[in-house]
Amino acid sequence: MKGKRKRRASLRLQNLSIGSHVTLCIWSLIVLFPLWTMVTGSFKDKLSIYTNTFGLPETWNWQNYTTTLTERGSNFPTYFLNSFVVVIASLLLVMLFGSLAAYALARWRSRIPTVLYFVFIGGMMLPIKIASVRLIVLMKDLGLLNTIWSLIPVYVAMGLPIAIFVLTEFVRQTPVEMLEAANVDGASPFLTFWRIVVPLLRPALATVAIYNLIPFWNDLWFPLIFISNDKSKTLMLGVTRLFGEFKTDWSRVLAVLTLSAVPVMILYFIFSKQFIKGLTAGGVKG
Amino acid sequence: MHPSGLYWAWYLLPALVVYLLFMAFPLLDSVRLSFFSDNTGSWEFVGISNYSKLFSNEFFEGVPYIQRYGNAIKNTCVFFCIHMLVQNVLGMLFAVILTNKRMRGRTVYQAVIFLPTTFAILVTGYLWKLLLNPIWSRGFLEGLGLGSLSQPWLGQPETALTAVSLISCWQWIGIPTMMFVAGLLNISDDLYEAAEIEGASKWSIFWRIKLPLVKPVVGMISILTFVNNFNAFDIVYATEGANGPPAYATDLLGTFFARVGILGQHPRGNADRGMGAAIATITFIFLIIGSLIVLNNTRTKEKEK
Repeated sequence: MKGKRKRRASLRLQNLSIGSHVTLCIWSLIVLFPLWTMVTGSFKDKLSIYTNTFGLPETWNWQNYTTTLTERGSNFPTYFLNSFVVVIASLLLVMLFGSLAAYALARWRSRIPTVLYFVFIGGMMLPIKIASVRLIVLMKDLGLLNTIWSLIPVYVAMGLPIAIFVLTEFVRQTPVEMLEAANVDGASPFLTFWRIVVPLLRPALATVAIYNLIPFWNDLWFPLIFISNDKSKTLMLGVTRLFGEFKTDWSRVLAVLTLSAVPVMILYFIFSKQFIKGLTAGGVKG
Repeated sequence: MHPSGLYWAWYLLPALVVYLLFMAFPLLDSVRLSFFSDNTGSWEFVGISNYSKLFSNEFFEGVPYIQRYGNAIKNTCVFFCIHMLVQNVLGMLFAVILTNKRMRGRTVYQAVIFLPTTFAILVTGYLWKLLLNPIWSRGFLEGLGLGSLSQPWLGQPETALTAVSLISCWQWIGIPTMMFVAGLLNISDDLYEAAEIEGASKWSIFWRIKLPLVKPVVGMISILTFVNNFNAFDIVYATEGANGPPAYATDLLGTFFARVGILGQHPRGNADRGMGAAIATITFIFLIIGSLIVLNNTRTKEKEK
């Protein structure tokens, strides 16, 4: 009697699993099909993309990539480099300022850091886009409009709340004896921070970098409102231009889209677990 | 060693300066700017005239301001409702499946569901714009016997907003899914075991145990979606354009704000920054009130427990 019931239960579970697999497989197709089309389409040419839109390319055409990347007068490498500089600089500053602040917030015994902590954390929910009008005026006053340098302070401000949240928690969990190990040797306080605290924070810093990488790299809004000259455009802003330019050459458009998505996609395949955790916790969108 | 407060202040200074100057100050000062106008070349105090103009019959883009603004608010609400419906239903479904410990290949499915979240909204938008183009989709869908589905979904005023919303859901579904997964994993196994011993069916376990316990997650997702949707711009910009075509059917608060306050009106007018600040301020107030309502509801529910 008992065995029968158990068998029926396991059968039911199996049925459920089949239904689950079907559901998730269908969704996976819906997710992967556009990507398949994007990547395979980028290796076709102007005409074959119409005759054979969704299959594998009959001949692999690399020209879309080579012209986009190396053609004289192609701005794509400039856009790519601009994005790269902005994202790396912003991430480094978020990590540096964030860990300095987190160290102080976790160690300073007073009411001031408690208040400041909540001031910083509050920024996680604030949509900074709302301040755009004022930010444009501010950037103009600072003479940064139309340069990539206008983006960095905004991104750093955007990234700091979550950085401080993660790093402060981390410092709080680290034993004080470890943090003060170097004091005994009479090292200067900043040296202690640099030699002892920063290396200890390394795993948390990696998390912070992953949290912020995607919103920085993928941002369109701030480049769009700050930058109009072609030399200072970031990748996403450049993509809008190229999309308009190659409108009739879809395989070329797909090559541009693929190129712009590849760096983050590679990182995602390596660190997918950390990405999922980070983006879910931060609730960060584009 | 117990360093003094002044000592710690140096550590806090860089973060605080950047945060206050480029986040807190611009947010608060845009409220002040909403009472000014720079249409004459310099900022002049105009009182509440930006606000009254926004709700007036003064013409903007060929129709009264209030009509354009009201249309954007209505579209944003529809956009939000579609997100809430799809994200909560599908997200919950995926999460229940992904937390089934007997299910194989969970990490792979999870990675796939989450993958679009890493794309730029712009890339998602352009990609779907191409895919939904009937020139492409017709042959493929006819091959599947679904030729009637090959329509310019993004080009028809009746379907454009729904299409844009669904594209956006396609991209973001991973986040609510993973939030539900985290919520479901927090429920202790004892509860399920007790229910199973009592002879509860899968369905009643879902409705009576899982759903009530993840309600706070629904609250979090609501706030997140709310804040993001009321600032959404990129997805419409990529699939349709900053004017929210066709016939303003996809004009959201984000695109309206961008057009009025920053990019300048179609085809090439000057931006009315004071007005932009006024629109942003109202949105900001909306967001604060909305978030507080949701937070309040989730919290009282927790107390009842």
